[in-house]
Amino acid sequence: MQVPAPFEYQRVGTVDEAVTLLDRLGDTARLVAGGHSLIPMMKLRLANFEYLIDINELHDELGHIRVEPGLIRIGAMTRHRELLESDELAAAFPIFRDAERVIADPVVRNRGTLGGSLCQADPSEDLSAVCTTLDASCVIRGTDGERVVSMEDFHQGPYETAVGDAEILTEVRFPVRPRGSSAYEKVERRAGDWAVVSAGAALWLDESGLIANARVGLAAVGPNTAGIPGIADALRGQPPAEELWARAGDIAAESCSPATDRRGSAEYKRHLARELTMRVLRRAAARINGQEV
Amino acid sequence: MTTVAANGHRTAFVDNDGKPNGHGRMLRKEDPRFVRGRGRYVDDLQLPGMLHLAILRSPLAHARILSVDTTLAEAHPKVRLVVTGAMLAEKGLAWMPTLSNDVQAVLATDKVRFQGQEVAFVVAEDRYAARDALELIDVEYEPLDAVIDVRTALSPEAPVIRDDLEGKADNHVFDWETGDAAATDEVFRRADVVVSQDIVYPRVHPAPMETCGAVADYDAVDGKLTLWSTTQAPHAHRTLYAIVAGLPEHKIRVVSPDIGGGFGNKVPIYPGYVCAIVGSLLTGKPVKWMEDRAENLISTGFARDYIMRGEIAATREGRILAIRTHVLADHGAFNGVAAPVKYPAGFFGVFTGSYDLEAAYCKMTAVYTNKAPGGVAYACSFRITEAVYLVERIVDCLADELRMDPIELRMKNFIRPEQFPYRTKTGWVYDSGNYAPTMELAKQLAGYDELRAEQAEKRARGEIMGIGVSFFTEAVGAGPRKDMDILGLGMADGCELRVHPTGKAVVRLSVQSQGQGHETTFAQIVAEELGIPPQDIEVVHGDTDQTPFGLGTYGSRSTPVSGAAAALVARKVRDKARLIASGMLEVSVADLEWEKGSFTVAGDPNASVSIQDIAMRAHGAGDLPEGVEGGLEAQICYNPENLTYPHGAYICVVDIDPGTAKVTVRRFVAVDDCGTRINPMIIEGQVHGGLTDGVGMALMEMIAFDEDGNCLSGSLMDYLIPTALEVPDWETGFTVTPSPHHPIGAKGVGESATVGSPPAIVNAVVDALSPFGIRHADMPLTPSRVWEAMQGRPLPPI
Repeated sequence: MQVPAPFEYQRVGTVDEAVTLLDRLGDTARLVAGGHSLIPMMKLRLANFEYLIDINELHDELGHIRVEPGLIRIGAMTRHRELLESDELAAAFPIFRDAERVIADPVVRNRGTLGGSLCQADPSEDLSAVCTTLDASCVIRGTDGERVVSMEDFHQGPYETAVGDAEILTEVRFPVRPRGSSAYEKVERRAGDWAVVSAGAALWLDESGLIANARVGLAAVGPNTAGIPGIADALRGQPPAEELWARAGDIAAESCSPATDRRGSAEYKRHLARELTMRVLRRAAARINGQEV
Repeated sequence: MTTVAANGHRTAFVDNDGKPNGHGRMLRKEDPRFVRGRGRYVDDLQLPGMLHLAILRSPLAHARILSVDTTLAEAHPKVRLVVTGAMLAEKGLAWMPTLSNDVQAVLATDKVRFQGQEVAFVVAEDRYAARDALELIDVEYEPLDAVIDVRTALSPEAPVIRDDLEGKADNHVFDWETGDAAATDEVFRRADVVVSQDIVYPRVHPAPMETCGAVADYDAVDGKLTLWSTTQAPHAHRTLYAIVAGLPEHKIRVVSPDIGGGFGNKVPIYPGYVCAIVGSLLTGKPVKWMEDRAENLISTGFARDYIMRGEIAATREGRILAIRTHVLADHGAFNGVAAPVKYPAGFFGVFTGSYDLEAAYCKMTAVYTNKAPGGVAYACSFRITEAVYLVERIVDCLADELRMDPIELRMKNFIRPEQFPYRTKTGWVYDSGNYAPTMELAKQLAGYDELRAEQAEKRARGEIMGIGVSFFTEAVGAGPRKDMDILGLGMADGCELRVHPTGKAVVRLSVQSQGQGHETTFAQIVAEELGIPPQDIEVVHGDTDQTPFGLGTYGSRSTPVSGAAAALVARKVRDKARLIASGMLEVSVADLEWEKGSFTVAGDPNASVSIQDIAMRAHGAGDLPEGVEGGLEAQICYNPENLTYPHGAYICVVDIDPGTAKVTVRRFVAVDDCGTRINPMIIEGQVHGGLTDGVGMALMEMIAFDEDGNCLSGSLMDYLIPTALEVPDWETGFTVTPSPHHPIGAKGVGESATVGSPPAIVNAVVDALSPFGIRHADMPLTPSRVWEAMQGRPLPPI
């Protein structure tokens, strides 16, 4: 059994309580939500914190999926399993169900949260790629109130986010536009493994059936999950077509910066960036037409 | 006899109601406690006053120890003891013998030789404090160049790892050869076709669910040491502790309670066990050591790690003439291989496989590297895993060269049934076998011809599908004591059987189950011989104070050796029961007929006594025949005449995603022949587990190192083992070719599937990739490595 170094533990009941405590304890404290990344790191003594602030009781306050006109708001304490099972969310953004099906295993999904995933800021993390793809924005609350940052600004490097020492991510917001759909695909060496590479795509058409916007998010091919603006530029105003997906795949392969590691060679990962980008765009386009591929 | 049992796992539950009195399907007697969470493992043990031990391990692969400062750790309020290598050296305990006549550091004194090596230990009041105190020990290291690439270990520039050995000036462990080099060379010279292939079997790890650990409890008053430990060989361990530590053997009791998987990982004696003993001796308290997952993966017995060059010679028509191989074996920092001493390469000599050859030769060189020691572990039947992989891969390479179907090529070269017992060109005597029906059954279950047709269609459409075949013969059940011993201990097994007055029985075994179902199988063996229902037979094992001497469970030896002992001891009891029955029925022994569970007077079916009646008479006040003692019990020590040689035919079907190169094992047909089948459900369970192991090794498992010797596989997120999602519904079948020398005709089966499945899977992947011009690709066949092969660069993993 791996055992962590000593730490103090405090459970909080409200966001305000969490923020007050964080403000007092500074960087010696860490929030724990699902704990499936943090606790193993502490047991391996790769991470040592003097204080753990358990926010699982905030599930009432921050565990929600609210579908509003033009916007879906998901609380930071919403668990993977709730994201997986929400039909409303799957109807608006099928990418969520695609991704949740391949995130870790049921034990992790029962406990892990959206906010925890984003704040862990692992470059291979699936929900970060999903949020990047969907152009999400993150609501961060601190002692001075709330601020909203885009996904591009939220992740600042591997395991680094815009969330300050005395702040907490409370909600993630997703713009809902008409005539759109989305998809996600991951290559892993084994079920439950981190992605070798994964890709998400979201596609929106205009009233004449041309591409109004296209977004692709990739995981495990750079310091953070990354959106690829070049793809949107290349696809906008075009009719959906197989050769477009190929072009987008080329752009994805050129724009990413994979590294060789035990999961695969950089060349293979670059190949996957291309292949998976094509696949998810193709699937998102098909889904707009009510088809599954 | 050939019986088909496709999809055995589905029929198992139907047949379980049979409640056999003897061999046959029945639910495992031990499972109620496991499925209710009532198993008792080493870590479940809590003794009054028990302390906890944690081990400080080297962060470096190769470094000189300049100083070890334990002052701060000793000052920790909950710490009772801190021990360094220097302290052990004062007591002469810093080094211990390995199972291969090498020595291994218990705690490093001069140098550390692999990352994760034991440097010091702390005994504290709780597990947390022990672990915290490790961080208070200050070790000053002088880093040395590490020998990581086995291929450069023997170069003159390589740093010498084992300078502790007198006069050692290189990293050479041993050279070993088998077969006839000159005769083999001659056959190769005149052969029509010669195919060569470099083949790597990467380092893998057994990764049992339960890690290794021990609780040592030394009673200073009566001088007795009790050691509960995760061991597959409690008796062998006890004797070695007696020899090494100088403790009198009768004052050592080794208990191996429920064990959460062994796979060979729990055969060696690890420094941690010795540390726990030292900790208890010095503190006078029970001391528990339980390694964590990372410690298990980086420091305990690995497996494989052979770099092989295989060569095969054949006629143009596909008659295989000879096999020649050169092997470079990575033994890590200490030669900790657990194998019979006359077999430094284990039973690798069976690399001639299931084929009738004219000649064969193997030359092997083993070297030290700055990696964890070990070498024979993980369900390998003493290196047969490597041997079978080599021969089954190289035979497929030959099939590719000859453009011949791989099944046809194998069938053409099988040892024929009339040739058994068959002496191979490397001197192994295969006891029995009938290979063609087994291969045919696998072919039929798989629908092989239809699969080939499907493959042709798919290839035309650009889809990637492969069909892989392997056929193996194993040599299990070590072993005859004239040939086989471990550190001088012969590999015969004792067994004791006592029938109680009411006809219930207890059988005491020297072997120890790590999940194999011994409490059921051995009860069934005795039940078959005596007619006492298996539910009425208690199986006692794993406690050296309660069981006879024997060498333990590994190398699929329990059924071949102890299973034979159990059958024979039951027959001894039956012989005595016959004498008592003759008295009870007042007839001569010759007039008695045995029918499972009772003796009947020939020609008088009403004159009968049951084994239970006889047991009561044996213990009762009534008369016994002259010269017959009371009681109904016997003991035996069984020395096997030969190994047993199970065989099997496996066919694997894979699909490969052309875009991502990800391999999916779609189907797997396994036909096993392990002779007489005692409990088919247990056999199928073993086969399912071994096949899953095979998927792991073929597709994902590898203990990897960076160039500095850092182990890159120290967690189960880095060292991947397969889940239910990576494996298909296993399709099993069987044939039965009894062993002629085993009393019930049984052969070992525990490792068959682990041995036989990796080549079937790799052969399937290579078959799938043949349109890409690929003849070989090394494990683990991860998506990235398969994709590289598809690009025409199938890279070795090291």
